[in-house]
Amino acid sequence: MADDPLVIAGREFGSRLVMGTGGASNLAVLERALIAAGTELTTVAMRRLDASGGTGVLDLLRRLGIEPLPNTAGCRTAAEAVRTARLAREALDTSWLKLEVIADERTLLPDPIELLDAAEQLVDDGFTVLPYTNDDPVLAAKLERAGCAAVMPLGSPIGTGLGIRNPHNIEMIVAAAGVPVILDAGIGTASDAALAMELGCDAVLLATAVTRAQDPERMAHAMRLAVEAGRHAALAGRIPQRHWAHASSPPVDKS
Amino acid sequence: MRLLLNGAERELPDGSSVADAIAALGAPTTGVAIAVDDDVVPRAEWATHELRDGASVEVLTAVQGG
Repeated sequence: MADDPLVIAGREFGSRLVMGTGGASNLAVLERALIAAGTELTTVAMRRLDASGGTGVLDLLRRLGIEPLPNTAGCRTAAEAVRTARLAREALDTSWLKLEVIADERTLLPDPIELLDAAEQLVDDGFTVLPYTNDDPVLAAKLERAGCAAVMPLGSPIGTGLGIRNPHNIEMIVAAAGVPVILDAGIGTASDAALAMELGCDAVLLATAVTRAQDPERMAHAMRLAVEAGRHAALAGRIPQRHWAHASSPPVDKS
Repeated sequence: MRLLLNGAERELPDGSSVADAIAALGAPTTGVAIAVDDDVVPRAEWATHELRDGASVEVLTAVQGG
């Protein structure tokens, strides 16, 4: 959709599908999935360097011309997230950040208090902050006011594949937002991604639905088509839903 | 002096810098970031930032995730 770019913080992306790299069984599988997804922006996590001297994921993204988006996955407090963000900026030479501050391991839901605190600190420090947030219109508005470049509400908890559990909240976030809304987390299959776009989201971020699918490359292709289809449907202006049937053929002449 | 380098104890000559610690780990110098005692050390200061005995040095890089 070259004529309909996604614009985040003044930067244009031709693809509205943001990918994560977690969960892929190996780099060759990941590479095929990323190509099939057509993504231009893809998340990576920050971890201790192991003895093998790196994982190769950065080299892969560079080779494919995909912009890496470091995240703060695993951080539980604003202080941890800010430190991880600064390390990511040093390592990857980018000030873009997917901000994640989770409350507990069981739900992996964002901690709203710590999230907003971290967002404020990182915006002040010059980061382009894309926060993973709850499907809460109030919190989304506060994150935008704090200077975040996008808001990324969850459809359902990370890795559950439960889709979008509260579509109305997503619609309310979209209606109020002045920055791009990226549906992040919970996508299970292509119809979930299409629904996100139909609800008015500007993009979809997903990982598990593709990387843990039986055929990641094929599912990545499906997600690409779903995001495009949903975007077109959202722009096309759907018909109103009505209670009773409404014939699409002319009435039969009974005279 | 003794360091905690990515959680493992290491012996390095006194007066070693952050850059020396990275070399001791055999780490690449691109795509990595360093924290000493939880403070990020910018790349420009690696060669001059002297480590103290008992310092905790973390060397991080990007991995699959998110």
